[in-house]
Amino acid sequence: MAKMIGDIVIDIERCKGCEVCIAACPFEVIAMSEDVNSKGYRFATKVNDKCTGCTNCAIVCPDGVITVYRVKVAAE
Amino acid sequence: MEEKFARPEIRKPENIVYKRTDLLVDRPLSYCPGCGHGVVHRLLMEVIEEKDIVSKTIGISPVGCSVLAYDFLDVDMQGAAHGRAPALATAITRLWPDRYVFTYQGDGDLAAIGTAETIHACNRGENFTIIFINNGIYGMTGGQMAPTTLPGMRSSTSPYGRDVDIMGHPLKITELVANLPGTYYVTRQSVQTPGAVRKTKKALRKAFDNQDLNKGVSLVEVVSNCNSGWKMTPVQSNIWMEENMFPYYPLGDIKVEGTLVEK
Repeated sequence: MAKMIGDIVIDIERCKGCEVCIAACPFEVIAMSEDVNSKGYRFATKVNDKCTGCTNCAIVCPDGVITVYRVKVAAE
Repeated sequence: MEEKFARPEIRKPENIVYKRTDLLVDRPLSYCPGCGHGVVHRLLMEVIEEKDIVSKTIGISPVGCSVLAYDFLDVDMQGAAHGRAPALATAITRLWPDRYVFTYQGDGDLAAIGTAETIHACNRGENFTIIFINNGIYGMTGGQMAPTTLPGMRSSTSPYGRDVDIMGHPLKITELVANLPGTYYVTRQSVQTPGAVRKTKKALRKAFDNQDLNKGVSLVEVVSNCNSGWKMTPVQSNIWMEENMFPYYPLGDIKVEGTLVEK
């Protein structure tokens, strides 16, 4: 079966740190940063390689800061 | 900042499966972190983009948190007096029958000061879409009690919880207008989980598709959170909403194609 590999790009300056994406991610790919952005919000960051590009985080993000990429690769 | 788990090899334009639509103006939304307004704005613009009706759409922004919606939605917008969006939408649809017209209203706007306009527009069967964001509170002005506040729910003007003996019962205006002959599609959705967001998008799409048929008002209620007004974190407020709002405001279609859905 083909496997999906995904990646997310988070616009950290627009992220308000609401953490809704963390609750939506099925693979715990997202966590909050230790740093803050210029507005003083902690922002979402990618913390592992398990992303499948399911877009759940992006469609619940109220500020639309997440862009999702996905490619299909043949299973090893 | 360096990203530790970036995969630059798949970050190519042809691999994008989701990005913020260009119909949302490229500026930060003014809403609180975690507010459902942002999601509904985005879904609305995605539906308009997919239907390719950008130049034929006129939106009416309300009074409330989303009063600045015209700053974010890149379609023609008109501001209405508090609660009067359905009256203005009536005028616009009658002057330009080929336009897609939507109103975007909160519960204080649609269910309190605008009750008369809402009910009469729905009863006349005007051909536009009402998007109704229900968070059970007056969010913008500081969390005062609204007609939709739940029994026992705390707000800044009902600090010991809403007492229905003194303050009356919450108003289920969506069920109310569903019983009127002029409504064609009435539904209640939410935006707190990915599944709920997808359903809401389908509902919005259907509401705009109904405008091609000219059969009456389509009303999409979105039960949303107001984490600032409810004094919770965004994730807590979503859980609170599922546990407390949904039993009183059950999700699902209420009227489809002019017929009430049997529960």
